[in-house]
Amino acid sequence: MSTGLWLRLLDGLLVTLELTVFGAAIGLVFAFAAGLARLSPNRVLRGVALAYTEGFRGLPALVVLFWLVFALPGLGLQLEPLFAGVLALSLNIGAYGAEVVRGAVVSVPTAQLEAATALNFTPWQRMRLVVLPQALVAMVPPFGNLLVELLKATALVSLVYLQDLTFQGQIVRAATGDTAATFAGLLVGYGVIALVLTRLVKLVERRAAASLGHTTRPRAVEGAR
Amino acid sequence: MTAELIAFDRVGKRFGDAVVLDDLSFGVGAGERVTLIGPSGSGKTTILRMLMTLTRPDSGTITVAGEPLFHEKRGDALVPAGEQHLRAMRRHTTMVFQQYNLFPNMRVLRNVTEAPVHVLGLSADEAEERARGLLDMVGLADRLDAYPSQLSGGQQQRVAIARALAMRPDVLLLDEVTSALDPELAAEVLDVLRDVARTFDVTMLCVTHAMKFARDVSDRVLMFNEGRIIESAPPDELFDAPKHDRTRQFLRSVIEES
Repeated sequence: MSTGLWLRLLDGLLVTLELTVFGAAIGLVFAFAAGLARLSPNRVLRGVALAYTEGFRGLPALVVLFWLVFALPGLGLQLEPLFAGVLALSLNIGAYGAEVVRGAVVSVPTAQLEAATALNFTPWQRMRLVVLPQALVAMVPPFGNLLVELLKATALVSLVYLQDLTFQGQIVRAATGDTAATFAGLLVGYGVIALVLTRLVKLVERRAAASLGHTTRPRAVEGAR
Repeated sequence: MTAELIAFDRVGKRFGDAVVLDDLSFGVGAGERVTLIGPSGSGKTTILRMLMTLTRPDSGTITVAGEPLFHEKRGDALVPAGEQHLRAMRRHTTMVFQQYNLFPNMRVLRNVTEAPVHVLGLSADEAEERARGLLDMVGLADRLDAYPSQLSGGQQQRVAIARALAMRPDVLLLDEVTSALDPELAAEVLDVLRDVARTFDVTMLCVTHAMKFARDVSDRVLMFNEGRIIESAPPDELFDAPKHDRTRQFLRSVIEES
């Protein structure tokens, strides 16, 4: 395989990583905005957030992507392709993330809120100082799963001609004619990225556990004995 | 009774079919130490939770320091209180819970400094000085950097007491604060509370089954049954010469248990 083709794959890898990182970052913003809005006393906010989460969890990311890339220009709005890809992916992953945020916040015991009330914290202080720091710890493992889901979903953008790893893989396949080797290489490539992401999430998990004074827990093992 | 800090006036509360408080009226004077005893489900904890604004009464009014707790004046009318009024009223009161409820995401020192900084507006230094003094008093000066998960139940409860006192409350509510503890750990918490009763000029309402402690620190004991106070007297009188059959029966069962 020529150096040019290798460089293509490297370019593709960068685009895939960009999509994953920016998709995750903007997805987090959607997830927190919608997840917290679902718990708001304001009925309108709750309604909008519910419509978003239920809506985007039900829509295939690919259709959203097609819509942003092929339909929006017809309405006079042309998005930069990479941005359109990031937006489609983050809208999708953010809707799932919103449920993670909501679930984690609700899982913080009521007793914690009562203790915060007894110390006369404002409702926002209760959320910011007491509930969220505990909820964040519970969010890390499911967010880790979503991150890997997001990585896999980035391959969809090759269908709207964004030159990610999968797209470049197709070029390499066409150039070399070696379908089996190329796709095997892609599988390994995505697998390795996923493995690295999972490792990183584990590190964050350990950090999060430490923020509650727990050391990494062999406790589950002890319990199983 | 003069200069009542807390007054319940015909307060009623039911959960479903169960009547928890039955048109209850009573008062507590400033600086008074009152212990609430009685069988479980007789409404004692509900009274503390109402004073902490964690539970609303269905009927009647509760007054703290001359102001209605759950109502505010709008023009001439009394309307249900909003969050702002509740926050102003909560300044008088704080509560220690049966399950300690320390914040697991904060170390011991920060558990005690957090509210003074964010609610009372103390500087970090002032709050820390106050917290160190209180944690020293409860015997935990050497565990400032521990997380709650690394402490025993008794230690956690002593931190919770320090955390409550750091707010300099007028009223301290103690809700079965030793019920979740082994006798030995309970004893160390009760010793700390005896200290508190001696050194702080704070009104205390205490729900407990620790009768010796109740006798030592209270000015008055209220015996509850089915959402009513059936007997109210100084501890020596109530424990040594209870007037009511139900009180005698209850005290017998408590002594048997301990």
